Amino acid sequence: MRNLIILFLIFIIPTKALGLIEVDITRGNLNPLPIAVSPLSIDDESKKSFEKTLKKKDIGSEISKVIEKNLKTSGLFNPLDKNAFLQAPDIAHLKPRFEDWNLIKAQALITGKVKNVDDKLRVEFRLWDVLAGKEMMALAFTTVPNNWRRVGHIITDKVYERLTGEKGYFDTRIIYVAEEGPKTKRIKKLAIMDQDGANNKFLTLGNELVLTPRFNPTSQMVTYLSYFRNLPRVYLLDIETGIQEVVGDFPGMTFAPRFSPDGKKIIMSFAKDGNSDIYTMDLENRIVEKITNHPSIDTSPSYSPDGKFICFNSDRSGYQQIYVMKSDGSNVKRISFGNGLYGTPVWSPRGDLIAFTKLHKGKFYIGVMRTDGSGERLLTENFYQEAPSWSPNGRVLIFYRETKTDDKGEGFSAKLWSIDLTGYNERLVDTPTDASDPSWSSLLSN
Amino acid sequence: MKKLVLRNIDQGALMKLNKILKNTFLVLLACLVLSACATSKKSTGQMQGDVYTGTDTVEYLASGVPDRVFFATNESVLTTASRETLRKQAAWLRKNSDITIVLEGHADERGTREYNLALGERRANAAKDYLMTYGISSNRISVLSYGKERPVDSGSNPLAWSKNRRSVTVKAN
Repeated sequence: MRNLIILFLIFIIPTKALGLIEVDITRGNLNPLPIAVSPLSIDDESKKSFEKTLKKKDIGSEISKVIEKNLKTSGLFNPLDKNAFLQAPDIAHLKPRFEDWNLIKAQALITGKVKNVDDKLRVEFRLWDVLAGKEMMALAFTTVPNNWRRVGHIITDKVYERLTGEKGYFDTRIIYVAEEGPKTKRIKKLAIMDQDGANNKFLTLGNELVLTPRFNPTSQMVTYLSYFRNLPRVYLLDIETGIQEVVGDFPGMTFAPRFSPDGKKIIMSFAKDGNSDIYTMDLENRIVEKITNHPSIDTSPSYSPDGKFICFNSDRSGYQQIYVMKSDGSNVKRISFGNGLYGTPVWSPRGDLIAFTKLHKGKFYIGVMRTDGSGERLLTENFYQEAPSWSPNGRVLIFYRETKTDDKGEGFSAKLWSIDLTGYNERLVDTPTDASDPSWSSLLSN
Repeated sequence: MKKLVLRNIDQGALMKLNKILKNTFLVLLACLVLSACATSKKSTGQMQGDVYTGTDTVEYLASGVPDRVFFATNESVLTTASRETLRKQAAWLRKNSDITIVLEGHADERGTREYNLALGERRANAAKDYLMTYGISSNRISVLSYGKERPVDSGSNPLAWSKNRRSVTVKAN
């Protein structure tokens, strides 16, 4: 699928940092920026041809809806009601009447134009600063029509980056475990979807239990745990080809897999005789290395983005705590010292923070701490939640949350949620079924 | 004299009364303790500490040979009752030397998934080690951890969780 994606980025006008409107993403988003997303204009002929191929009446308007939803979900923007827009989309794209947009309190405006060029989808868009009355950026893309949602995500990424100064996270996917059936006989399948919940696809049939899928850095491969033939082992799946293979030849359960930041190794736990240790396997030469050697449980390893360190979960102190070591296994240091138990450490893509799950007095928390364990901050508290995964820009965490089963045996659910690093903007992530173990991909286009 | 007799009688009666009171008090106390036991047993289900001691979920490998043992939260230490169960299993396995088994280790839902996989493996191995000390060859035993993936009780309460923290011996052939 990825090979099919042909994206031509054409800069119409070189963008310059003009120092106009800016969005501060380091604080809580109490005042999201009012932004108008004008429906992308489209000529009648293109409209008809895309209606035929894509089964969408007005693809320009559909793309703008994708952008709008992304901006709203980010919590940093407040997309304004389209009914209040005074200017027609095609005219606004040429030269907005800024007074009109100012009147509805828009501070930024997105306009665009869609055209069918040789059966390809050509989309151009402009971002305007309404108060300054200036264009902030303009870009055009040409791609296969089926990629229309991705065009919406890429535009959002560009707008987000222009206004916040940081990379976006919208042209991304989530791999997760789809769940169905009663708790005692849960059926689990690998599933993949766009970051906004669209294009959901199941990757396994549910014949065997699957857990903890994680992307490689290019997001084309997934490593996960499968109970195929009742032997819990770490597997590797190529999303394009669907080819699966078991990772390594271990005489027992392997679990908790993740890729190294260069994608060349898989790091995981291997359990034998009541003891779990951390191992790596090089995917090219198949060389296996033992990284920890301790009679306690060592699991949930996660590399720092530079590959020099590993954070992991161990109960060598008696209870689950978070430790950091060099990637060769030396210099093991405990970093979690607060009250309660700590699990599932994940190093942020920026390298400065470790996200974790904490259990304290019967409640579960998702939190972050610096890599030396200082500055612990709990973002959300609930009956049960765990397994945070970072957005590629390190601004948002996705995790899963389970609800209680009541005395009648009802009320259980497992859902994906996201929350900003600030602790604001907690949101349910829509999935067709119950869901757990989410893993966020890297940006698919750069 | 009369007075003295009276006093004697009084004293005797008093002592008797005292005795009766004391006995009644003891009986009352005993009743209280018993009823307290009864109510606490009812409210927490069948648990000692937080280890399940009931038989609701237990199945039998053979007559008098329970198939599972239970653990305290975050623990993989075998209780006295667990050791007794495993000795029965060992005796049954010695008698039926062609049988091979899988020890399935489980955890409750109140822990992170990956740690619970390791914990289930550790619990099943605690049972395996004990069976081996009673003469069962490791060739006949395989171990499989389900972590928190296969609870027997879907409830979200301490009793349900105690039933789910278990190692189950399953016939493999």
